[in-house]
Amino acid sequence: MNSQPLIIAGVEFASRLFVGTGKFSSGKVMRASLAASGTQLVTVALRRVHTDGVPDDILGHLERDRYRLLPNTSGVRDAREAVLAAELAREALETNWLKLEIHPDPKYLMPDPVETLAATRELVKRGFVVLPYVHADPVLCKQLEEAGAAAVMPLGAPIGSGRGLESRVFLEIIVAQARVPVVVDAGLGSPSQAAAALELGADAVLINTAIATAENPVLMASAFRLGVEAGRAAYEARGPRSSGATCAQATSPLTAFLDNSTV
Amino acid sequence: MSFLPAWKTYDFAQVAARIAGRTEADVRTALHRAPGEASLDDLESLLSPAAAPFLEEMAQISHRLAVERFGRTMQLYAPLYLSNVCSNICTYCGFSAQNRIARKILTDDEILTEGEALRKLGFEHVLLVTGEVGHVGRNYLANALRLLRSSFANLSMEVQPLDTEDYAALMQTGLSAVLVYQETYDAARYPRFHLKGSKMDMAYRLETPDRLGRAGIKKIGLGPLFGLSAWRADAWFTGLHLRHLERTYWRTRYSISFPRLRPHEGGEVRVTAFGERDLAQALCAFRIFSREVELSLSTRESAAFRDRALQLGFTSMSAGSRTNPGGYAVAPNSLEQFAVDDARNPAEVASMLRRAGYEPVWKDWDATYDLGAIDAETAMAVG
Repeated sequence: MNSQPLIIAGVEFASRLFVGTGKFSSGKVMRASLAASGTQLVTVALRRVHTDGVPDDILGHLERDRYRLLPNTSGVRDAREAVLAAELAREALETNWLKLEIHPDPKYLMPDPVETLAATRELVKRGFVVLPYVHADPVLCKQLEEAGAAAVMPLGAPIGSGRGLESRVFLEIIVAQARVPVVVDAGLGSPSQAAAALELGADAVLINTAIATAENPVLMASAFRLGVEAGRAAYEARGPRSSGATCAQATSPLTAFLDNSTV
Repeated sequence: MSFLPAWKTYDFAQVAARIAGRTEADVRTALHRAPGEASLDDLESLLSPAAAPFLEEMAQISHRLAVERFGRTMQLYAPLYLSNVCSNICTYCGFSAQNRIARKILTDDEILTEGEALRKLGFEHVLLVTGEVGHVGRNYLANALRLLRSSFANLSMEVQPLDTEDYAALMQTGLSAVLVYQETYDAARYPRFHLKGSKMDMAYRLETPDRLGRAGIKKIGLGPLFGLSAWRADAWFTGLHLRHLERTYWRTRYSISFPRLRPHEGGEVRVTAFGERDLAQALCAFRIFSREVELSLSTRESAAFRDRALQLGFTSMSAGSRTNPGGYAVAPNSLEQFAVDDARNPAEVASMLRRAGYEPVWKDWDATYDLGAIDAETAMAVG
């Protein structure tokens, strides 16, 4: 277990691994995988659950006292649909937490930055705790932060691609300047990639496909748990960043002699 | 630009000949493409007779790609036949106008009764089906959608081709998706099967998905009726159609169905051979060609086939289908469009899926997503 807890919107998480609930072969496998992952925050697609209170294949298998639910808006195509979906999710699932996901492109599932920023502004006004899924775009992440996002969720690679930290160079900038937690979402295909994300300073990762579609999802969930813990431990062990392509130097070896200069 | 110019660029017989000439080396090249990089050229190879000996290898790739994208899940849906009245004469269809059968158009009460029966069976995704006749058009369909909308997560339809404005209007009443089967892309054979009625206009039918795309529909279903012409070429043209649509209407999702000719009232069409191995090859070829496209498995196929084929890359299947208007509750014995082969009820199909290690998915959409467009009062102006 890592020493420093993650805090999002005042809520403390001992686990830095968030897990999605889609794509599992059964509710039973999902339940066992979530337990093995040690996660405390799980995403649920609003489109997959019954919003009328009838137990379904996903909610029926989730231990609600064990996991905080993070409903997502997968399926909406613009800010207006996202706001409606969010209101429905808040009412049906009794949480104001929301993973804001707007991808008008169903082929590559690329997030729409313009609509996401607009929706974030509106949802924050309406009292939601918004975690937007976005490209690894440093300026957009700062704008979302200013709009009141509780965390930002930049992608490592396209959803479900398992290609890892393709966006690393931009994630480093996002991490370097973020004042809210950074959760790397999408594209992480293996525990080593999750470890690398934590090592570079991401506060958490969200995994779904890589666990749910593994031959043995429970074992893979446990492997991700270890990967995330190892990555975070390495990050904490290393201490503050001392170098890196995107960081300013902490000291100035060539000009320090001028610090005390009086003339 | 519509699909028509692209379609006219290719001669059906020449495409069929090119596919027939594909070699083992071509097939190997196609099989070694990185996921998502298969081209229309590769699709020719994958559909060719040369690929038949590679069916197991194709199936393994297809299975893997489907699991990566969609998980071990299978979407379940049911057709709801609203009407069997049809002014077309199509030589392969049980609803064909010249067939002396009892015709029926469901009334409001009957639509609600059928809807309730489907709800009781567990369905959340329902496909509305009609024959093609003027008075079962936009107004009738809008009314049916309004009657059913609050009961289901997702409503799609397979009805006569309509104009863009009609589709836009139906989307306002909660329409999620439209399936429109081209039947065949073979201009030489199309007129032989379509003897009377508006369906004779092949160009209008070919441009229907474009009209849907322009209306901004969220999902379009394509598919030839396998058996009307050379199936490999028909499948390839479907791929050409898919690529055109994906690039033009990039906000829309796409699905492909694999209907095969079935025994039906009134008809004995001489069909070209399209067996189960062929169906499996076509399916796997499409999955390798497109990781994202949804692929649908019909109750036209036998239970034995469906139980095994579901792992090959399909993402949705109908279950317990009745292909006659009123078939679920109102008039179970009225005339059906075609005979279903897998007669198991939805619960039995769901159990079969679980035994095969798949999660049956009843709901994967929400009415909010369709009604958002019209719910101007609750939708705040944002941005």
